[in-house]
Amino acid sequence: MASEYKLELRGVSKSFPGVKALDNVQLAVRPGTVHALMGENGAGKSTLMKCLFGIYKMDAGEVLIDGEKVIINNPDEAMKMGIAMVHQELQPVLARSVGENMYLGRFPVKKFGPIQVIDHKKMYEETEKWLNEVDMHFDAKAQLGTLSVGQMQSVEIAKAVSHDAKVIIFDEPTSSLSDNEVEALFRIMENLRKRGVAMIYISHKMDEIKRIADDVTVMRDGTYIGTWPAKDLTIDDIIAKMVGRELTNIYPAKDRTPGEVIMEVKDVSSIHEKSFQNVSFTLRKGEILGFGGLVGAQRTELMEGLFGIRNLSKGEIIVHGKKVDIKNPKDAMNAGIGMITEDRRGNGIFGCLSIKDNVGVTVYNKYLNAGFVLDHGRINKVVDDSIDKLKIKTPSMNEHIANLSGGNQQKVIVSRWLANDPDILIMDEPTRGIDVGAKHEIYEIMTNLAKQGKAIIMISSEMAELLGMSDRVVVMCNGKKTGEITEESEMTQEKVMSYATMF
Amino acid sequence: MEKTRQQKIKDFLINNGVIIVMFILVIYTGITNKNFLTGGNFMNILMNMSSRLVIALGIAGCVITAGCDLSAGRMIGFAACIAGTLLQKIDYSGKFFPDMKPLNIFVVLLIVLAITGFFGAITGFFIAFMHVPPFIATLAMMEIVYGLALIYTNATPLGGYVEQYTKLATGKFLGVNYLIWIAIIVAAITWFIFNMTRHGKYMYAIGGNPQAAEVAGVPVKLTMILIYMKAAMMYGLAGFMLGAKAGGASVNLGYGYEMEAIAACTIGGVSVTGGRGKVSSAIVGVAVFELLKAALQYLGVNANAQYIAIGIVIFVAISLDIRKYVAKK
Repeated sequence: MASEYKLELRGVSKSFPGVKALDNVQLAVRPGTVHALMGENGAGKSTLMKCLFGIYKMDAGEVLIDGEKVIINNPDEAMKMGIAMVHQELQPVLARSVGENMYLGRFPVKKFGPIQVIDHKKMYEETEKWLNEVDMHFDAKAQLGTLSVGQMQSVEIAKAVSHDAKVIIFDEPTSSLSDNEVEALFRIMENLRKRGVAMIYISHKMDEIKRIADDVTVMRDGTYIGTWPAKDLTIDDIIAKMVGRELTNIYPAKDRTPGEVIMEVKDVSSIHEKSFQNVSFTLRKGEILGFGGLVGAQRTELMEGLFGIRNLSKGEIIVHGKKVDIKNPKDAMNAGIGMITEDRRGNGIFGCLSIKDNVGVTVYNKYLNAGFVLDHGRINKVVDDSIDKLKIKTPSMNEHIANLSGGNQQKVIVSRWLANDPDILIMDEPTRGIDVGAKHEIYEIMTNLAKQGKAIIMISSEMAELLGMSDRVVVMCNGKKTGEITEESEMTQEKVMSYATMF
Repeated sequence: MEKTRQQKIKDFLINNGVIIVMFILVIYTGITNKNFLTGGNFMNILMNMSSRLVIALGIAGCVITAGCDLSAGRMIGFAACIAGTLLQKIDYSGKFFPDMKPLNIFVVLLIVLAITGFFGAITGFFIAFMHVPPFIATLAMMEIVYGLALIYTNATPLGGYVEQYTKLATGKFLGVNYLIWIAIIVAAITWFIFNMTRHGKYMYAIGGNPQAAEVAGVPVKLTMILIYMKAAMMYGLAGFMLGAKAGGASVNLGYGYEMEAIAACTIGGVSVTGGRGKVSSAIVGVAVFELLKAALQYLGVNANAQYIAIGIVIFVAISLDIRKYVAKK
């Protein structure tokens, strides 16, 4: 049965414990076209692609290639059926050559008597051929790590082409590319279009969508919103369709009045050109200052810079009217700043230690007898108090933190910083990966802290949370501050999105 | 979900497998051999354990931060040689410094600790500031220290120690050898450091998650240097003790002890992936090792075959230990 579509996904649903990530989603891609898949962070784009690749098993739904139903259990099978993905974060073997990366896991071999050896000559000849195919002319023997990100991406594309892929998925391919490299990528995509390849293009950059896409499918909160020809939509149309949901009222009332300025950040830049540049903002006592933007806007990097985890090339940080020099987290803590990081597992919790040790780590300096003996009595009291106050559900403070739920782990981390009594608390995606009930509790905690006069900086990629919690919102795009929304009436999703996708 | 009684017993047996097997072996050896379960033999095993425990407690700090220390064995030899050259009798014919009066034993101990501590701090510096992996950094220090010991002693064995020094091994307090007392004191101090000081807590934090420790304001670099310095001083003390016990020393004293110490720590439950381990872990591990050696000897197992037995014990013990953390998926 011939089909108009190269690839079709029908009625795909997928649930994770506590969340319905995808609900009856569909997608149909015609051959020789670029199909943009749009949606906010967390709309379910990546989940959908992972279902397609068999990385996740879909609860319901089917995949059709050329109108025929297929079942894909893992990425390897996907590749055999001609589906390839150019990842958002490439995972190549940097220390090996371009050719070896292209033929990893399927090296051409030749017989050498009874033993098989790798046919290097053939491998490199083939690699050159495929690189030429996508109009890229660099040495197949070059070590991959010496190439730019854009070039690495073209190696990935060449690899996909060499597999004779008929469907190629580009997951935010331009997020780390320079303008020239983007042009080169688009040239390759034009080329692929002529060869009849069906492409799915995931990106947040509106101008790119208008330029390259033939069709646009929009997703929101794990549901399918619709598919339209790209030429029929304006950028504003797309944004409206992406964010068009009503705010649910799970946020505590903002009945507080921010006080005097407690922190001023003036013109700070990262030592890396591609990271945050020339960012300035002020923070008031008793205020929740939201930081909005898309993934990759460098908000986390900026906060890590302010907290001394990353290096600044220039700029000033003024706390309580005094310039502070922050070289490491210890300096930041001494300046009265605390930071709850985005990656709880990576640099938040000490998984194999108890709740007590997880909280105590910031305050051992404070609770000492004779200057060097830990005062376990007082430390226990601090920990007990925070378990009480933040309603951490645990049998005892000696429980390993790894045994707690995500929400309770997050409360332990909040306790850790509160134990040190900071004036300023940076919270990077404070409710990521925790269930709705615990989210609400975290919101309550944040609101109470603001009422007590703490200044909170909150990074959030969840639009509803950002608008529901913040007194003011700073929006970043590609490392630059692109807007600041101070009026409650101006705090709309459309406004944030237009700043966040400025360039 | 409540675990059934049967599951609980099974868990207990697996979690304490090595200790149970060791217990059975000790009882069996005691029944078949009258001389094994005697006070004298017990004291003998404790004597052997004493210096091994000091080494294991030093290395435990490194292992808890997901590191290791290959330089321990050579540090022990170096320390024993330094102590030996400074504590020979004035009338000993092969005296290393012929006309030098032997120094006070405590002064010599301080000198030994200062020298080993210095080299340990250098290892720590390369690990903390130069990001050299502990395996490689301590390997480098192992070579350096061995070379220094060879140059210093000209590879000649030392002997003829003053009585004050040898008495460290023979003398007793409350019926227990001084060496055993030293080990007990070191264990107590280590327990104190691990549990009652910031340094100890920081050590566990770094072992548990170095990135999180950095973010939480833990002085990661300084802590790492202190850990390797402290460990090296403990090897120095162990070398000092072993020299007294043997009544002599050569550069090869202590060779290979680092491996046994690392193995002992892990058998006792210090996790090589970092963050877990107690003083009691090191004590249990060293006890298992020394009891095993003694029991095999009493059972008349070929001395060469004992190595095989030790190897098997390490395999089994570590597999069981890792199982506690890995299997729970």
